[in-house]
Parts: sequence; structure tokens; C-alpha cells
Amino acid sequence: MTRYIFIESRDPFESRDTRFVEETAIAVKERGHEVTVFLVQNGVLAARKNASRLDHLTAAGVALLADDFSLRERGITPDELAAGIQPSAIETLVEAIVQTNTKAIWH
Amino acid sequence: MNERSLTLALMDPPYESANSTTALRIISAALAHGISVNVFAYEGAVCLPLQDQAPHANPVKGTTLEEEDHPTTKAFISSLLAIGKDKLTWINCGLCVDERGATNVVDGVKRGSPADFFKMSSESTNTLVIPTK
Repeated sequence: MTRYIFIESRDPFESRDTRFVEETAIAVKERGHEVTVFLVQNGVLAARKNASRLDHLTAAGVALLADDFSLRERGITPDELAAGIQPSAIETLVEAIVQTNTKAIWH
Repeated sequence: MNERSLTLALMDPPYESANSTTALRIISAALAHGISVNVFAYEGAVCLPLQDQAPHANPVKGTTLEEEDHPTTKAFISSLLAIGKDKLTWINCGLCVDERGATNVVDGVKRGSPADFFKMSSESTNTLVIPTK
């Protein structure tokens, strides 16, 4: 099993290609790998419960983290996050990507 | 491989994308956790450590230089190099530097080539490429 960390920096309301990360993350998860999507910068706009953008990822068993700094910059509070999305420090991302057998993909 | 290390490839020029801020945060967090970091700055990212960057006042807002306290990427990189010492290697792509005339960089920044990126990546625990959009 390989760990995959997808780092999504793009606003889903600006760029349709965020679908690429969502679909790839689910496909990799379905093949038995451990998958995390780390939302950062405008990527955290998808984390709001009112956006209803990432429920299918949670349902597929993909771990979802949202950069706390990016959330604060955009005035998004933890209680506004969709179920299953956890605020996370950048240190968590760093620790995750220096684990062995881990692939980190920035989008 | 006992010591954990991370190689980053950066491409965005300063003051254009939040990618630069996030990259600097990743470097800072890694160093704080004892993780060695190699940076290969490519394309416009070779301007991130330019010595000629200058903070400025904001005449639109009426703020002075001191009030504005404008952060520069060169200052962040200087600080990270001072904090990281031998745990942070920053290499600017030489051809990208020549194209942009971006030779006057802060102390500690080295000149190299994509071959250095390949070597650093091969020897690191992991590599993260942060491309331009």
C-alpha cells in the first residue's frame, strides 16, 4: 500500500479541474491505497459545509484536511466545515509527506 | 535513509501566487521539526531571494514604510537560511537566473542546474513539486 497526499490549492468555483483531484483521489482509494487530500489556499473554499463539494470524497474514505492558516485568512471558522473535514496545521502536511512510501502531488 | 529530508521544486515568481507563501511555510515547518530541506528554484522562482527587493510605503493607504512593514520574500529566505544553517540548501537554476538577470541574491543561495534537482530528489525522503498554475 502506498500513501497518497493530494494537495489541492485551487478554488473549485474558479477552476473545473479540481474535479481531477477528486476523481483521482477516489480512484486511488478504490485500489486500496491510503489517500489524504490536504486543502490549502483557495482550495479550502471547498471545505465549507454550504459548498457541499467534497461529500463524495468523505464517503469514499478519503481523509480530508484543511490548512488552518488558509481557513483563517478567508474567515472560515471550524464550525463552518463540512462533516469529515478537519482543520490542520501545515506541520501535519510536512510530517505526512516525509513518511516512507508516500507520494505527494500538488495541484 | 536515517535523516528525513524534503526536496521542493518552486516555479512561481514572488508576489504573484499564494504558492510562494505556502512553500515558505512548508520549509519553516520542516526545519522546525528537524527535517532537512532542499529547494530548487526554477523559472520565476529564482527571483524569490533577489537582494534588490525593497519594502515600500503605500501612498494609496497613506501608510509609511514602517507602518506598512511590507514583507519581502528575500527577508523570509534569509531568515530561513539563518535558521536552517546546513539543513537548508537553496539552489537557483542558473539558466533561469541568466535569463532574468537575477544574479544579486541573498547570502547562502547557490547556483545550479536541473541535475542538482535530480540529485537532491534522489537522495531525499520525498519530493514536492509546486508548479505554476
